[in-house]
Amino acid sequence: MTARRLLSWLVERAGPWLLPVVLVAVWETAARLELIPARILPAPSHVALAFWETARTGALFYHIGISTQRALLGLLIGGGIGFVLGVVNGIWRPAETLLDSSLQMLRTVPHLAIIPLVILWFGIDEEAKIFLVVIGVLFPIYLNTFHGVRTVDHGLIEMARVYGLGRVALFWRVILPGALPSVLVGLRYALGIMWLTLIVSETISASSGIGYMTMNAREFLQTDVILVGIIVYALLGKLADALTRVLEQWALAWHPAYQPARPPS
Amino acid sequence: MSRMADVAPSLNGAEVYAGSAPDVAGAAAERLRRTHELGQPVSLRSVARAFGDRRVLTGIDLEVPAGQFVAIVGRSGGGKTTLMRLIVGLDAPTAGEIDIGGRPVSGLQPSVRLLFQDARLLPWQTVIGNVGIARGPDWEKVAARTLADVGLAGRENDWPAILSGGQRQRVALARALVSEPAVLLLDEPFGALDALTRIDMHQLLERIWQQHRFTAFLITHDVAEAVALADRVLVLREGELVLDARIDLPRPRRMHGDPEVARHQAAILSAV
Repeated sequence: MTARRLLSWLVERAGPWLLPVVLVAVWETAARLELIPARILPAPSHVALAFWETARTGALFYHIGISTQRALLGLLIGGGIGFVLGVVNGIWRPAETLLDSSLQMLRTVPHLAIIPLVILWFGIDEEAKIFLVVIGVLFPIYLNTFHGVRTVDHGLIEMARVYGLGRVALFWRVILPGALPSVLVGLRYALGIMWLTLIVSETISASSGIGYMTMNAREFLQTDVILVGIIVYALLGKLADALTRVLEQWALAWHPAYQPARPPS
Repeated sequence: MSRMADVAPSLNGAEVYAGSAPDVAGAAAERLRRTHELGQPVSLRSVARAFGDRRVLTGIDLEVPAGQFVAIVGRSGGGKTTLMRLIVGLDAPTAGEIDIGGRPVSGLQPSVRLLFQDARLLPWQTVIGNVGIARGPDWEKVAARTLADVGLAGRENDWPAILSGGQRQRVALARALVSEPAVLLLDEPFGALDALTRIDMHQLLERIWQQHRFTAFLITHDVAEAVALADRVLVLREGELVLDARIDLPRPRRMHGDPEVARHQAAILSAV
């Protein structure tokens, strides 16, 4: 019985890893037997080696650093603008009347479609890439903040007024915490768009960053380095997502969905 | 906040006399003395409220002396909640005037507090954060003391999500008491609770009212609850006060099995 339970535990734990491990093993074997040319898809072990090599020279971390800096700066500016617009439009009707329909219209433009325009405006400097990230993350944060502020329980706002909270206290203690779950959904969505935008803009025009590293590798037919770049993007995306989860756990500790199971009292 | 400090010792005094309940005359004298300290009289002069063509309240005249416990009974849609919102200052009458403590009401006032039907606790604030929602100096000490007073000592740092319905209303009551209100309005606060919890809450409310001496307005559709708690029961029907009954029975009262209570209940029920 215990042996069977151990087995089922093992299957449950190891189950999700089974397919990836098998795939990598098949890939490695196929590459080793030269069924797949190294120029099309190098063996996983070669990719690992390339990873080690770029890490050893420091080139990898240099490019990751530059990319992360661009991503975060764009997120900070774009997220900040989106958040402020969402809050202002959410609590003040005249602002919504004035701004919301225009923002909704701009939102429908795929932000990568303005790349030619951005290159004309900013050339291929840092501003171009950051600008694209700003535009990309602005709308998901705006929409979710706006929605969050608008859907704060009206009964709570009324209660806060009866209990003498001023405008500032009302915002910090009622409206912002009430809107926070929605804002964080927007943030997670924006993080995905942030990396996507950065990848595209770095492959088009850059002299540094992960995107540049992979495009440069293409010139020299270093398929393994291209794969390193792709994996790094995946890891960065996953890392950003994990950080938002931690942020959610901390900021939404009050929420029943984030509380450990506990007998009702 | 200095007011808070002044009140604290007298609160303890009230606790002592509540413990020796049989002394009714002493309690009445104590009550009279306190009336001048905290409760405020409320008067309504031909107050009316209409929403478009729909007249919800038509010319209400009412004098409530300081410290009185008034229950307002009526069918749903009879204007009870509208009347309460007018007294709180969340809404303004279309005609007439409301005075609290001799001053006309215009908007929300710090001396008037409302207990909502659903406790309306902020889910992202702990219990103590909810009680001390207005903050202010020393709020944590005051909030903790008030929580202990409503029987929730030790629950300061719990999230509202894990509280039962009765506990949530106790937190809401503590939140109202922190600011030492002169007038406390209760909008069917026990409507959603089970029968046993309701009885506990009735006892708690009666004790708190006897301690604090605020003027109380209890909205309810439960006639038995009104007769058990109130000095005076008003019946509101189609926007008019159709009955104003004084209940001069000794406290604590029994909700069932007392012929005097039953007589009052029957009279009020026939008016509703």
